[in-house]
Amino acid sequence: MIMVSVGVFVFGIIYSVLLSFTNAKLFPKFNFIGLDQYERLWGETRWLVSVENIWIFGVLIIVFQMTLGYLLAVFIDQRIKQEDAFRTIFLYPFSMSLVVTGLVWQWMLDPNLGFSSAMQKLGFESFVFAPLVHQSTAIYGLVMGGVWNGVGVTMAILLAGLRGIDAEIWRATRVDGIPAWRAYLYIALPMIRGALATALILQCTSIVRVYDLVIAMTQGGPGIATQMPAIFVIEHITNRQNVALGMAAASMMLLPIVVLLAIKSAADWHAKSRREQRAA
Amino acid sequence: MTGIATTAGGIAKDRPRGPRPRRVTASRVGVYGFLIIAAIYFLAPMWVMIVTSLKTMPEIREGFLFNWPREVSFEAWTKAWSTACTGRDCEGVRPGFLNSVKITVPSVAISVVIAAINGYALSFWRFRGAQIFFAILIFGAFVPYQVVIYPLIIFLREIGLFASLPGIIIIHTIFGMPILTLLYRNYFAALPEELFRAARVDGAGFWSAFFRIILPMSVPITIVAIILQVTGIWNDFLFGIVFAGRENMPMTVQLNNIVQTTSGVREYNVNMAATILTAAVPLAVYFISGRWFVRGIAAGAVKG
Repeated sequence: MIMVSVGVFVFGIIYSVLLSFTNAKLFPKFNFIGLDQYERLWGETRWLVSVENIWIFGVLIIVFQMTLGYLLAVFIDQRIKQEDAFRTIFLYPFSMSLVVTGLVWQWMLDPNLGFSSAMQKLGFESFVFAPLVHQSTAIYGLVMGGVWNGVGVTMAILLAGLRGIDAEIWRATRVDGIPAWRAYLYIALPMIRGALATALILQCTSIVRVYDLVIAMTQGGPGIATQMPAIFVIEHITNRQNVALGMAAASMMLLPIVVLLAIKSAADWHAKSRREQRAA
Repeated sequence: MTGIATTAGGIAKDRPRGPRPRRVTASRVGVYGFLIIAAIYFLAPMWVMIVTSLKTMPEIREGFLFNWPREVSFEAWTKAWSTACTGRDCEGVRPGFLNSVKITVPSVAISVVIAAINGYALSFWRFRGAQIFFAILIFGAFVPYQVVIYPLIIFLREIGLFASLPGIIIIHTIFGMPILTLLYRNYFAALPEELFRAARVDGAGFWSAFFRIILPMSVPITIVAIILQVTGIWNDFLFGIVFAGRENMPMTVQLNNIVQTTSGVREYNVNMAATILTAAVPLAVYFISGRWFVRGIAAGAVKG
C-alpha cells in the first residue's frame, strides 16, 4: 500500500504532466502536440481570472493569518488566566469542514437576511455589507471565511514558537528596559523564523488546494468572479471533457509548490552547512 | 467550558514566558479587550448557526440574524436529518451520515495500521533508498490533489473500483500515507534506539520487535493519527465528490447539495441544522481531544 502511495505520487505526477502535452479530450491518448495546451490555457479568460484570484486570495490570506495569528499568539502569551478557553475558541473552526465554513459564511453574508440586515434592524439604516453578491468584492468574502477557518492554526504554531524562546532573553529585554511590543516585534519575531516558515508552508499548500470553500460559498461566482485553479482542473476533467487542458492547469498548480519546497530545502541545507562550519 | 478547555493546548504546554505584567493597567484591559473581541468573531458564526436552526422561517425573514428565537423549534433539525431534499431525493443528511461512517471507519483503520508499520520500517530498518523514499512521501504531502486526481480516476476505472466504496477508501488511504508516515517516523526517531537494539539482540525479528516493543509505546501517536484521519476524512469534500459515486456520497457532499439545491424556497433553518449536523462529529472529536488535536496539527506541520 505504501508502495502504491509513493507510486501514485511519482507516476501520477509524470502521467499528468505528460498528458498536458497531448490533445486528449475525454480519454487519455498520448498524442503529443507540444506546448499548445499551455498556449491555450494562458489565452483563456477563465484561467486568467482563476490565477488572478488565487494571487489576491493567497496574499490576503497570508497577510491576515500571519498578522492576526501573531497578534493572537502574543496576546495569549500575556499570562492570561483563561488561556485554554481562548485557545479552544480560536482553533475550533479549523476542526470543521471548509464546506461547513463556506456555508456558514454564505449565510452570515446573505445580502437580504444576513449581517447586513441585522445591522440595519439595529438602526444603522444605510449599513450594507454583502461582499458575495458583487463580482468585484466576492473574493474578499472568501478571504473572511478562509481566515476564520485557518487563523487558529497559525496562532497555535506561532505560540509554540514563542514558548520555545529562552526565558533568559525575556529577562535581558526587561533589564534593558525594552518595551514589550518592541521585544515581540524586533527580538521574538526573528527568533521564531522556523515557526513562521512552517505556518507559511501550511498556508500556501491550503491556498493552492482551495476548492471546497469556494464551491460552498460562491460556486465560483457571481459569473466567474471567484473561479480558482483547483476548480478549473476538476471542471475540465469532469464536465468539460478536456483532459489535456486540465492537466496543463494542474501542472501549473504544481509549480509554486515545487518552487516553495526548493526554497525551503535550500534554506535548510544552508543553515545546516553553516552549523557544521561553526562546529568545525 | 473550562472543563473542556483545559484539555486543549498541548502544543505549548510550557508556562507563558512573556514579560510579567505588574498590575491591572490600561494595557491589561486592552489585552483582554482584544482577546474578547477576537473570541466574538470566532464564536459569532457558531451562534448564528445555532439560533438560525432553532427559528421558524417567518422569524428568519424578519432579519434579526443574531437574536435568540422567540419560540424554540426543533422542526428544522428533524427535517434536516431525515426529509430535506436534494433534487428528487428527500432523505435529509442521514444517508450521507451513514456513508461518511462507512467511508471513515475503514479508511482510518487501514491507513493508520499501514502508516505505523511503514514508519517503523523507515526508522529502525534502514533499507536501501529509504531516504529517497521518504523524500517522495514528504513531497506527496504538499502536492496539490488536482495533479494526481485524473491518473487515479483512470487507475480506479481500470481495476473497476471507480465510484465505489472500496475505491474511495483506497483513495483516502493513499492520501493519508504521507502525513501519517511522517508522524510515525518522527515519533519513532525520538525513541531511544537501545530499546530496539536490545530486542534485536534477544532475537526479536521484524514483527515481534514491532508488536512487543514498538506498538505498546505508540499509543499516544496512534491517538493523534486517528484524530487527524477521522477529522480529515470526515471533512473531505473533493475526493467524495470525485471518487465516491452517487451511492456513497459522504455527508459533506450531501450537505452542499441540500443547501445549494435550486428547487423550492430556501429554508435557512434546515440548512443550518444540516450544517451543524455535518460539523458535529469533528467538533466532538475536537472538544473531547483538544490537546491531542493540536498536537496532530503541530506534529504534521513542524517537521514537514
